[in-house]
Amino acid sequence: MEKKYVRSIEELQLDEPRLDQPAGDRQFILGMEKEVKKMSSTTRRDFLKTFGFTIASAAIASSCEQPVRKAIPFLIQPEEVMPGSASYYASTFYDGVDYCSILVKVRDGRPIKIEGNTLSSITKGGTNSRTQAAILGLYDNERLKFPMENGSETTWEQIDEKILDELEQIKAKNGTIAILTPTIISPSTKAVLNTFEEAYPNTKIVAYDAISSAGILQANKAGFGKAFIPSYRFDKARIIVSFDADFLGSWLSPIEYTKQYVKGRDLTQGQRKMSRHIHFEGNMSLTGSNADHRVQVKPSQQKLVVASLLNSLRLASGQATITAPASPIETSLLALELLEHKGAALVVSGSNDPEEQMMVNAINELLDSFGNTIITEKHLKVRQADDQALKQLIHDMEANKIDALLVYDVNPAYDYYNSKAFVNALTKVKLTIAMTVTDDETTALCTYVCPDHHFLEAWNDFEVYTGHYSMAQPAIRPIFNTRAAHDSLLRWAGIEKDYRSFMKDYWQEHLFTASLADLSFTDFWNKRVHDGVFDTRKTENGLTHFDPTASIEALSQLKAPASNGLDLLLYTNVSVGSGKHANNPWLQELPDPVSKVCWDNYVAISPRLAKELDLKDEQLVRINGSDPLPILIQPGQEYKTLGVALGYGRERAGKPANGVGRNMFGFQQNGGDTLLAFVEDVKLEKADGTLAIARTQSHHSMEGRSIVRETTLEEYLTDPQSGNEIRKEIQEHLKTLYPKIEYDGLHWGMAIDLNACTGCNACVVSCSVENNVPVVGKEQVIMAREMHWIRIDRYYTDDMDNPELVRQPVMCQHCDNAPCENVCPVAATTHSNEGLNQMAYNRCIGTRYCANNCPYKVRRFNYFDHTGADAFKGNRYDPVEMTTDLRRMVLNPDVTVRAKGVIEKCSFCVQRIQDKKLLAKKQNRPLRDGEVIPACAQACPADAIVFGNLNDKNSKVSKYYADARNYHLLEELHTLPSVGYLTKVKNKTV
Amino acid sequence: MYVSPIREPLVRGGKTYSQITKDILAPMAGRPSVYWYIGISLSVAALLFGAWAIYMTVYVGIGTWGLNKTIGWAWDITNFVWWVGIGHAGTFISAILLLFRQRWRTSINRSAEAMTLIAIMCAGFFPLIHMGRILLGFFIFPYPNTRSLWVNFNSPLLWDVFAITTYFLVSLIFWYVGLIPDIATVRDKAKSKIRKAIYKFLSFGWTGSVRQWTRHETVSLILAGLAAPLVLSVHTIVSFDFATSVIPGWHTTIFPPYFVSGAVFSGFAMVLTLLIVARKALNLEEYITKIHIESMTKVIILTGSIVGIAYITEFFIAWYSGVEYEQYAFLNRAFGPYAWAYWIMMTCNVITPQLFWIKKIRTNMLVVFIISIFVNIGMWFERFVIIVTSLHRDYLPSSWAMYKPTITEVGLYVGTFGLFFTLFLLFIRAFPVVAIAEIKTVLKASTDKPMQQDHE
Repeated sequence: MEKKYVRSIEELQLDEPRLDQPAGDRQFILGMEKEVKKMSSTTRRDFLKTFGFTIASAAIASSCEQPVRKAIPFLIQPEEVMPGSASYYASTFYDGVDYCSILVKVRDGRPIKIEGNTLSSITKGGTNSRTQAAILGLYDNERLKFPMENGSETTWEQIDEKILDELEQIKAKNGTIAILTPTIISPSTKAVLNTFEEAYPNTKIVAYDAISSAGILQANKAGFGKAFIPSYRFDKARIIVSFDADFLGSWLSPIEYTKQYVKGRDLTQGQRKMSRHIHFEGNMSLTGSNADHRVQVKPSQQKLVVASLLNSLRLASGQATITAPASPIETSLLALELLEHKGAALVVSGSNDPEEQMMVNAINELLDSFGNTIITEKHLKVRQADDQALKQLIHDMEANKIDALLVYDVNPAYDYYNSKAFVNALTKVKLTIAMTVTDDETTALCTYVCPDHHFLEAWNDFEVYTGHYSMAQPAIRPIFNTRAAHDSLLRWAGIEKDYRSFMKDYWQEHLFTASLADLSFTDFWNKRVHDGVFDTRKTENGLTHFDPTASIEALSQLKAPASNGLDLLLYTNVSVGSGKHANNPWLQELPDPVSKVCWDNYVAISPRLAKELDLKDEQLVRINGSDPLPILIQPGQEYKTLGVALGYGRERAGKPANGVGRNMFGFQQNGGDTLLAFVEDVKLEKADGTLAIARTQSHHSMEGRSIVRETTLEEYLTDPQSGNEIRKEIQEHLKTLYPKIEYDGLHWGMAIDLNACTGCNACVVSCSVENNVPVVGKEQVIMAREMHWIRIDRYYTDDMDNPELVRQPVMCQHCDNAPCENVCPVAATTHSNEGLNQMAYNRCIGTRYCANNCPYKVRRFNYFDHTGADAFKGNRYDPVEMTTDLRRMVLNPDVTVRAKGVIEKCSFCVQRIQDKKLLAKKQNRPLRDGEVIPACAQACPADAIVFGNLNDKNSKVSKYYADARNYHLLEELHTLPSVGYLTKVKNKTV
Repeated sequence: MYVSPIREPLVRGGKTYSQITKDILAPMAGRPSVYWYIGISLSVAALLFGAWAIYMTVYVGIGTWGLNKTIGWAWDITNFVWWVGIGHAGTFISAILLLFRQRWRTSINRSAEAMTLIAIMCAGFFPLIHMGRILLGFFIFPYPNTRSLWVNFNSPLLWDVFAITTYFLVSLIFWYVGLIPDIATVRDKAKSKIRKAIYKFLSFGWTGSVRQWTRHETVSLILAGLAAPLVLSVHTIVSFDFATSVIPGWHTTIFPPYFVSGAVFSGFAMVLTLLIVARKALNLEEYITKIHIESMTKVIILTGSIVGIAYITEFFIAWYSGVEYEQYAFLNRAFGPYAWAYWIMMTCNVITPQLFWIKKIRTNMLVVFIISIFVNIGMWFERFVIIVTSLHRDYLPSSWAMYKPTITEVGLYVGTFGLFFTLFLLFIRAFPVVAIAEIKTVLKASTDKPMQQDHE
């Protein structure tokens, strides 16, 4: 007990009972004294002790649930790696179907984002949805993690020993080794294959493309004497006629074509001209929906239209017409229009029918396109496979002529039209080796699995166009025990060099000579690795003369289709494409740009036919007795054409993809020499039941509201504000009593050129990657709970049988008078002094009032714990395994991962704004216009999105705002949005 | 008070003061009846269902509801507004009718006030549970903190917090002050020691002295004066949740009076629903007489008609304003995918109450009971129509969506019924359902037999 000090004499006196007082009083005083003592028994120190102990134990008790997360700093700081700041490495995305020159953003050793490489003269910094999503392939849960023999783990030493042993035996008995590859556009890979061939002379290299362009190859062989795909120049064409070539979505080189197409239609700099695009197709495709004039044609009759156009052109150019079956569509006017633009016209066809392509070639010849809009000296190197090669290989395999099959990066057990034959034939091959990145249908059948690096972990090179090279370099050390397929092949060929040295040597030997600017090879090499691209300006020679004989023969031998039944048209959509990346939840959840469906393929049917057959959306049907597929009534679908997307129905791809949709590759027809993507005269029968389809937009009419404003070129030229007249009226009505908010520094704004936007969805994926937007799965999309921060609204106009279509990307409009901000009870969403509408996730309690009060409906609520950020354990809602430790590596550390129960939305990529502001500050200079690029704008292959400072009158965004075409969405509400839209202009004859 | 010979008396059966005490305390005495046990069992079962739904909502997430990106509120706020509306009758009866010196209120005010309090509890539950992060719900209060965080006083949701809390507290005090003399009566009649002790504590030492009575009366009057504007303000503020927004169908200046009359309308309907059963079950038919029921049906006719006019005015304004979004919103209400809800609302709220003009109908207890249920249903649908049909198709057709409730949402709603009836049944056992002291004040003036002076 501590010493007690007396405060006053009276207090001291209490200790001495006053005897002169009556006993009762004394008692009372004694009692008081006791009381006082009792009270003082808890001293301030005791209180503090107890208090401290209680708090500490409560803190300990409540914190023992917290997981311990270790963050170990580098002991020795690696060179050029700054914790918390990103590095970018040039690389290339090529998956056998798509090509894109890219930059890989690496944060603290982890690749987390793919951007377009602006140095590329092909893709010019553009990307598409599949390129954007490819980053997740690195962290695919189904990646092969170690070499396997008969499904069980082994080591590289053991597997090499066994494979070499078997290969030697085959070589000894002079057996045949086949290597099945996709179209190889890598010169070094070709050299590796050659090296292997040298070591094992009896080697066959068979190229196989899941999505084939053999038709063009054969037509050019007939017309030019060489099988090649030329370089198409959509930017140089004043008139573009496309026969089912989805060149903005999936045909050959969509990113490049989008750049070109949009360039030819740009009106933002006072241009007075734009190209005119006429599209013939059976399905409603991304490209068709962008056309100025869209004509529905049955796939089986498309050839007749092409023939008719050829004949009309011949007639108009004074040549004899050739008798051909009647075309369902009159083409003479089109022929005249094309001839008007001779030398600046481009006709393309997406058909894989060589005869149709030959006729298209003849048309282009008559239009003087070769050398103008079609460059035959530059060859596109993708999709070079001959459709018959794999057929022959399977034939040989069945005949026991093949002793070893090396499968590199292809999956014919899934995507070959006759996959059964392939699977059967595979059992006859003694030695089967798979060199793939992820587990798939074909890999599962192979004895040896030698997992390849993901392309972000590997060195590679590509020659996408004649003389146009690009590089791939590792952006991360291999995550798993994998080895580049090239290294495997080199090892088995007995070469000790690794692929990087091999490739470097190849470049030194073959490509260094093409560069005159570089003094040493090291300089040359470092520069190419840095840039990612290298253009030697080499061209192919002697391919300028077109011989129309084969085309005329094709025309004269043309027969009308035998029946007038239903056609089935197979197409690749912009999300999963060929199905190779079907295991990517971002792509699965990406709504189709036309139908807005995700997580399934379906039978697109015309409204008229659906009515006739009494079919409703989601009704299950069978096509020629196939597995049941749901119906989707698609406005604009040709009356007697059914459309189904390829790329679905994976069986061994992983949880997100397995069992999603049906595999339609089996429906491809082997039409003579090439695989055709349509089937004539199919039978459609109703099956029992329905299947719910997930779509992100279920109302398709604008209801007469001026949401997407459009005009025609003709009207635009007379009045730039045409289609946007209402804006004047609205602005006159915008009155307020409140003082206008002035932003003295920066005032961020965005402008979107609706004329440029094709609706390709690259922005949607890019946004999801950049901002850690959760994937919610099919069930939740059906519940209308998708989380995308940016969406592309799509509306049909006119009649449902032949509608026009308009699109509009909508993200948070960052209203300067935001309805969401004033209703939040806790001020979790506020306005920044730079005009940003901000979300403080920490503060949000999830009343959803802001989402209700948002007229644009861009706010998204975390209905479940999609990310694992919730305080409770065990309630995670992650149907597609997006939150495994591996997948979570893709998360952007600059963006908060949102917890259950909070609202989230587009932030204009505020983390990017801050990053660039800091950079400018460090360099002591003002921000430059165009320095801050949000993820959506950066991904856009059409450069439709412009972002910048509205206070800077010279910024690009200010110029867009000053354009007569500019308007704001729902401006009449006086929300003062910071997103402007430029009216869509269609080049159509009224 | 002048008693008109043609006016029907408010207390029937020629009651004496002691009989009144006995009659009204009867439901509290002895063991509860079998019906009470059945009732409480059902209520607790409903409450447990609600508890499960709370667990699902809090642990799994709001995703267990049927909401989506377009419709952020549905049953939750519908139920909230509905319960708040129901919570209007009690205070309206006790405060506004007290100020207007409507003596018939004396036999119904106690139970109506209890109902109000419980209804406010049920109502307040929904804004809490509808929060995505309920554990951080305290952010809603402007408490001092080291992070300099403050609430947003511009938000109607915050106004709600204050409006509802104030209303609840004032109603609670008002109700309790009114209870004090009756608690004293219970204390005096109590036989068991514990019971006596509890009621002694609760009665705050009430002796019934003149001084106490005057003070009691004064406090009652002051509280009535305080509570009366609250009756108007609470639902006005609730209506601001919608009226201050930009959503067509919500952004309507007519909302405050429309919501208040709707609230009184639904509150009286609920009082009718409850009392028609209670007066029978508790043998209080002589205290809660047909005249009481009739008076309440008259309030319903008035408020129902106001609501009806409001509905029509909304349509007129939608047309007159020339705003296409507004016009669409109202056409969509009447003829869109949720038209069935709209027509249920119109039928139940506008047509059925008009039947009360007919005396035969308003004096037939069974019919009144049924119509009161209709009004309850209609008023629930009114809120559903306002909230869901306005949200599901607002400005951009690309985001239009449909809403379907889930079992969890049903669970929460049923759960509040569980809470409501559980507490009401407990209230019946714990306190006199009719204000004994107050009804005695009207006995002299309004009874069907001359009074007998037989104090016990």
